[in-house]
Amino acid sequence: MGLLSKKDSKLILDPLADNNPITIQVLGICSALAITAQLKPSIVMAISVVFVLGVGNVVISLMRNIIPSKIRIIVQLIVVATLVIIVDQVLKAFAYELSKELSVFIGLIITNCIIMGRFEAFALGNGPWKSFLDGVGNAAGYGVILIIVGFFRELLGSGTLFGFKVLGDSVEKTGLYAIGYENNGFMVLPPMALIVVGIIIWVQRSRNKELIEEH
Amino acid sequence: MAINTDKNSYTIIFAIAMVVIVGSLLAGFASGLKPLIKANERYEKQQNILYAMGVNGNEGANDVVFIGTDKVEDEFAKYITKQIVIEGDKQTEDDQAYLIDIKKEANKAKDETYTRKLPLFIGEKDGKTIYVMPVRGKGLWDAIWGFVAVDESMTVQGVYFDHKGETPGLGAEIKQRFFMDDFVGESFLNDGSFGSIKVAKGNNDPKNEDTTDQEVDALAGATITGDGVSAMLKKDIRMYVSYFKSLNK
Repeated sequence: MGLLSKKDSKLILDPLADNNPITIQVLGICSALAITAQLKPSIVMAISVVFVLGVGNVVISLMRNIIPSKIRIIVQLIVVATLVIIVDQVLKAFAYELSKELSVFIGLIITNCIIMGRFEAFALGNGPWKSFLDGVGNAAGYGVILIIVGFFRELLGSGTLFGFKVLGDSVEKTGLYAIGYENNGFMVLPPMALIVVGIIIWVQRSRNKELIEEH
Repeated sequence: MAINTDKNSYTIIFAIAMVVIVGSLLAGFASGLKPLIKANERYEKQQNILYAMGVNGNEGANDVVFIGTDKVEDEFAKYITKQIVIEGDKQTEDDQAYLIDIKKEANKAKDETYTRKLPLFIGEKDGKTIYVMPVRGKGLWDAIWGFVAVDESMTVQGVYFDHKGETPGLGAEIKQRFFMDDFVGESFLNDGSFGSIKVAKGNNDPKNEDTTDQEVDALAGATITGDGVSAMLKKDIRMYVSYFKSLNK
């Protein structure tokens, strides 16, 4: 990669796979369970978190030398909250239906452990460019899992993708439904997200044995 | 240039500066986007009113599909022939009546000298005149609201309910077709006097075949939300009764 040095590209690529915040660090699970019943909210959530974490990391990094250490957690919270409110307002203005659907979960980005974790662990000790890459990388790692889970849950749970009936019509029994296929109603419930995430973790670790912790 | 970030005075100044900057940033954002957000809320209201009177994009048996936001203003102008505001005995026509905030009106009405403004939307569909009334009340966790469409004998033609934070899978089901469609055919008038439609447990009539009992089948596991719907209808529809009585004279 010409644009990024090897070290920099590691910052952005590592969290996508070998140091994924969801499957390896097991952070941010709460929202991963809640909003992944369909593909579209998963994608919007992923984009929102990329924005919040990317920009937030840069802001924190720029301020890292002037933030009084006594109140640093509160300062971090204010930065996340501000960015989240901006995202919320923009969604309300340009994607009203979607913002109703995501409702409280956009607000809950504030409490997403990945964000505070990256602020505290990375942005407070590194320059803005590195922090930006780290933020985007981690948020993308989170987003990728969200989208994978959302894809399977919507496909198997409702037989649709982005609301399109890709498997045929379940009421009029066309397509796959004509030969007796049924939607798995369990897929649209939150516990199945946990199981799908579990399967992803299993697949990932069986492909890369180094990820398995020894006890 | 080393700043002593541990001093108390520095911490306080930093905190104050932070609040001022963030506050003005957010205020700027909010006021910049306000017109767009307001427009979205307006479209939503129009969509809800049209939905209640049966103008919607429903295809399948479980669909709750609104008229698209691009078309809703035209459709609203086409189907809603008249909007009136009822204040006591006085009725005025006002094509902005749908923007009346009935939550604010309900608060103002706590002062007994205040005559509450009641918006009523009169529409025409398939040659039938339909009256749509807004309702608002309390569910289990937060506000519930909706629109009720009736004909001149106060027989329900359609309803739309929405909620802010009812439990998904239980109270949140009030916005599902199987619940809303149950109201159709029931009447708010019983032998000429007002009797509200109740959400009743053990009604044994989930398909609403008996439309004279003024009851619809409750949602299992959502007692308080259901009671909230009953209370909301009773409280808000009652205010319109005198108008309908004057119509039928």
